[in-house]
Amino acid sequence: MKTLSTNHLLGIKYITPSDIDLIFETTDHFKEVINRPIKKVPSLRDTTIANIFFENSTRTKLSFELAQKRLSADVISFSAAQSSVKKGETLIDTVNNILSMKVDMVVMRHSSPGASEFLSKHVKASIINAGDGAHEHPTQALLDTFTIREKLGEVGGKKVVIIGDILHSRVALSNIFALQMQGAEVRVCGPKSLIPKHIEKLGVKVENNLTKALEWCDVANMLRVQNERMEVSYFPNTREYSQQFGLTKEILDSLSKEIVVMHPGPINRGVEITSDVADSKQSVILEQVENGVAIRMAVIYLLASKL
Amino acid sequence: MSQKVLLTSDEINIILHRLACQLIENHLDFSDTILIGIQPRGTLFAKKIKSILEQEHKISDVKLGFLDITFFRDDFRRNEKPLEANRTEIDFLVEGKKIVFIDDVLYTGRSIRSALTAIQSFGRPSEIELLVLIDRRFSRHLPIQPDYRGRQVDAIGEEKVRVCWKEQHGEDVIYLEKQ
Repeated sequence: MKTLSTNHLLGIKYITPSDIDLIFETTDHFKEVINRPIKKVPSLRDTTIANIFFENSTRTKLSFELAQKRLSADVISFSAAQSSVKKGETLIDTVNNILSMKVDMVVMRHSSPGASEFLSKHVKASIINAGDGAHEHPTQALLDTFTIREKLGEVGGKKVVIIGDILHSRVALSNIFALQMQGAEVRVCGPKSLIPKHIEKLGVKVENNLTKALEWCDVANMLRVQNERMEVSYFPNTREYSQQFGLTKEILDSLSKEIVVMHPGPINRGVEITSDVADSKQSVILEQVENGVAIRMAVIYLLASKL
Repeated sequence: MSQKVLLTSDEINIILHRLACQLIENHLDFSDTILIGIQPRGTLFAKKIKSILEQEHKISDVKLGFLDITFFRDDFRRNEKPLEANRTEIDFLVEGKKIVFIDDVLYTGRSIRSALTAIQSFGRPSEIELLVLIDRRFSRHLPIQPDYRGRQVDAIGEEKVRVCWKEQHGEDVIYLEKQ
């Protein structure tokens, strides 16, 4: 009988390859569940989960909520914009107040890297990191690699290039860890100003030419330029960025093989990816969203079984 | 640990044929009936029943599915061992059909209670019956009884019924084990 090696999901670097295998096996079962006429199971009917989002989110928050509801958990959701955080309450006080309402699990997004790890050491609840600053976004990396596994049979041995704003991206970091843990080869591609210094130390090669990167890869994961995290200008303008690093149908069609195109969303159509690529048959963007619900059901179910 | 043979291979074979005949009495050509093996241990037993119906009684196209009840169990977090899911394979609508649940051992009835809830995710069957190979009488926690039973056994709490199949364990045999 298998179980996760951890009581929290704080990041991919805190889990093991066998944890990922178990999460994927469980996801396969939940994917079958969410394609039934009635998509709900009663497993977590005595579990209460708080979704605490100190940063904006559409997809992740909806996906987590849907996953929790399909597992029959009781869900409370909280956004910092409408809360006492604005009145000066600290993170631990906010969360402890929520926990005193007998909450078993907390899903948290926060702008500070390490916020969920900090929380896991100070509160008695299972913590799932739904994104902490530019650090990690583990469920996104799990659903991305699950989608690659589903599309290409396996992740091991595949070549994946992550393109765009690597510097500000928690998706990039979690994806690098998850892909390498499953035996994939990873490169990053983007403007030099948006590639973190010393990223090679993670075992990742840097490629500055988009076409070369695409020729090399089996999968291209296109990231959004995170303007909200930029205090200074990292490239001259959006037009120049999209000319150099935007994925167009012309480039895609000119490649010698068919590659898989991914994007974690939200898409800036016409900047990092054009509409015809985002909507093409090579794009798995909507599959990623569907798999996101199943992955989150699996993670929540497996962590809840350890409560 | 002591072990006693409850049923030998020949006895199991006779029982399988008898159960198949009893099913035919009630379901005739099986056009409105779906057999559902309960994962994990009812699947092989269900396949054997289907094979007897098709090969020896020439009933064509008996529909067989497999239902996993893991996410519908009532002992989540109450069990010492984590629950492990199995594959559900139901490739047809169960709406308005007659369902026969097939499992190897009926013990507390809790698995069948879970299966009754789980099957509703696939539609509203017109009726549901239960076929089991071994019915552990006096061990029920819930008011659930089989419609077809292979053998009724009076086993006490610490005794265990172990069903072995040729395909998995080398021979068809059922043991009553005492810890």
